Amino acid sequence: MKVQFFSRFFAAVCCVSLFTGADWLQFRGNNANGISEETSLPVSWSDSENIAWKSPLPGRGLSGPIVVGDKVFVTSSSGFEQDRLHVLCFDTASGDKMWERQFWATGRTMCHPKMCVATPTPASDGKRIFAFYSSNDVICLDLEGNLLWFRGLTHDFPNVSNSLGMASSPVVVGDTLIVQTENDADSFSHGIDVRTGISRWKMSRPQVANWSSPTILRGKTSADDLALLQSSEDLIAVDPKSGEVIWSYDDGGSRIPSSTVFDGKVFVPTNGITALQPIGSSGPPKVLWQENRLSASTPSPLVFNDHVYTVNRAGVVVCADVKDGKVQWQLRLKGPFTGTPIVAANRLYLFNEKGLGQVVQLGGEKGEIVGEGDLGETILCSPAAAQGALFVRSDGHLWKIAEK
Amino acid sequence: MKKTILLLAAIVSVLPLQPAMSAETADLLKTIKAVGNEGQGNVAAGKAVAELSQKDQTALKPILEAFRGSSPLSANWLRSVFETIADRALKSGKALPAKELQQFILDINQNPRARRLAFDWLLKVDETAADRLIPDMLQDPSPEFRRDAVARLVTAADAVKDNKQQKTKAIEIFQQALIGATDDDQVKTISKSLKKLGVKIDLQKHFGFLPNWSFVGPFNNKEKKGYFKTYPPENEIKLEAAYQGELGEVKWQKLTSDDQYGIFDIAKAISPYKGAIMYATTEFVSNEKQQVELRLGTPNAWKMWVNGKLLFGREEYHRGMTIDQYRVPVTLNPGKNTILLKLCQNEQTESWAQRYQFQLRVCKASGIAVPAANLVKTSQLNSNSKTNLVAGGTK
Repeated sequence: MKVQFFSRFFAAVCCVSLFTGADWLQFRGNNANGISEETSLPVSWSDSENIAWKSPLPGRGLSGPIVVGDKVFVTSSSGFEQDRLHVLCFDTASGDKMWERQFWATGRTMCHPKMCVATPTPASDGKRIFAFYSSNDVICLDLEGNLLWFRGLTHDFPNVSNSLGMASSPVVVGDTLIVQTENDADSFSHGIDVRTGISRWKMSRPQVANWSSPTILRGKTSADDLALLQSSEDLIAVDPKSGEVIWSYDDGGSRIPSSTVFDGKVFVPTNGITALQPIGSSGPPKVLWQENRLSASTPSPLVFNDHVYTVNRAGVVVCADVKDGKVQWQLRLKGPFTGTPIVAANRLYLFNEKGLGQVVQLGGEKGEIVGEGDLGETILCSPAAAQGALFVRSDGHLWKIAEK
Repeated sequence: MKKTILLLAAIVSVLPLQPAMSAETADLLKTIKAVGNEGQGNVAAGKAVAELSQKDQTALKPILEAFRGSSPLSANWLRSVFETIADRALKSGKALPAKELQQFILDINQNPRARRLAFDWLLKVDETAADRLIPDMLQDPSPEFRRDAVARLVTAADAVKDNKQQKTKAIEIFQQALIGATDDDQVKTISKSLKKLGVKIDLQKHFGFLPNWSFVGPFNNKEKKGYFKTYPPENEIKLEAAYQGELGEVKWQKLTSDDQYGIFDIAKAISPYKGAIMYATTEFVSNEKQQVELRLGTPNAWKMWVNGKLLFGREEYHRGMTIDQYRVPVTLNPGKNTILLKLCQNEQTESWAQRYQFQLRVCKASGIAVPAANLVKTSQLNSNSKTNLVAGGTK
């Protein structure tokens, strides 16, 4: 009886620690949709206001930070050939570096100058960190920095690479790590067992360079969750365990911004934005609407509270009704933007490439800029929101932005 | 008597521990080094890493030595164990075996990356290590050590280059630095400075670019289908032969690149073909049987053969071009070796998709050029001209 009680108690504690909204486990957060449950993020910051700490980082990095419990994790790459891969762990309270591990890239490290080898954002299942790089190396560490497994996907498949660099960030769906290594030559996606690093499946994908990231279509239970893989030729929903394609939308999507999911619907960056209603394994999803004015540039679209938000090349946030895609308002910000925005407490948080964070109040007839903060360094990543704070990084620094 | 027996018993109980522990460590290292492609051996290696990570810093040396013969995959597993043990030791106030680390760093027969790893951790306990060790590493097998040594010499040369009375000294230090320089940024910096000082550097020879090639084509690559087709040069290389190409009969023609980086611009030098295949071939005379890397740069799809054997190919168009973009390891035969390239242009019409060019150099895995036996060495390739240089200046 006692054993049963404690095992249930332990399971409950684990559930809380694994799925608490206080974490930010991967690119665009726990549900890979950019929505945070944080309610007390600051709306403005400066050197003298709401910067809890600022810690130095080595080398370069476009990857976003992730947060697990009281630790924030960041990846970087360094060296003349950027073949040093770093995984760093910081204390969320103090900003002190708790540990750092380095590895050597086993795949190609050539990248477009704007990118770097540490471009994909790492992911976590709450117990493990999965660091992924443009060299197609996957490093799995526990939260204390102990190596659990290592995969070199270009080492395994030498023609998996991209001379402009790879950028797709992995996601965890159930106990499978979904990794897209899609490119012009040997183009694959992988479902990797989080415990062993051994592939559950590997599927051939269109031979076209692809920088978009997989996302998650939540099912009725976690066992029904599907991974969504987007390419220029299709969007497929994949069973994470088996790699079986459950349904396919064959009109394709963008190769840079990624699809997002809200209320069971999928919003694909193609023809502006195309809204899809999946109908399960019985056929392709139903097209709800398409709106060309919702043109997403590099940042991925975001859907929240019945509205779709995109950021175009001119730095204009476009807001549309989620029901029909009808544009409701536009708001010009100071751009340009590479990092995908996030939303918390009905506010959009966007960092432009110059390091200026801008906060847009949502919910009214128009969006309104209600605050900003200039970090003064190039920022190309998406921030993490956890523990009442924003975490954002440049090449050289990691910041915690929080009310004191 | 009783004490003696107890002492002997204690000794006997301790003595087998050392060899047993070494054997255990050796087994764990063997398990880690057995990791293979696609996650093979991951589970066993993960357990071995967890167990080995519990050892104290006396395990650091055998871990470093185990890098010999490791694969790029297993080297990363070994690195993680080393860092876990070393990190824990430092955080708990224990000393790292600095003397052993230094001995390991200085042993150039050890794995270059393991030596650099040892160096990185030695620096954490001995800030003077860099000044003590780096100046003598200008020709080290490790590119990272060489890079550091070159950087020090460049700094030393920069300090005197604007002083007219020190011009000769500046030239001498820059030339010395060039011996170890293989990273393009450092070579550019040095050659630019030397040029200002009146000394011209032959970058083709420094990097080992191959300047003389014979070309034939174009063959059909419409809809990118030619990449998979076998045209006659893939079966035989006869420079006197004529073939039916896409635009009529084609024959081999010899061209030489004057570009400092050995770039052949097919679009300019021959024709801006679209949907086309060109073959390029050259001979490389090697003094001996040796392992080298053929390093290719091209924005076009390509295949590479050496002595009739297909080594690699990549069907990627217009994703950029840079020096050392692709590294293809190969063992050269003593004497003549025939290199054949298949260079494919697609039909994209965008302005950024018109490049049709390549560069190829021969070097060691360390990046140091391997000159063809029929090439005359230039001064910057002559590593015997080393002078006594130290950090921050000369002695």
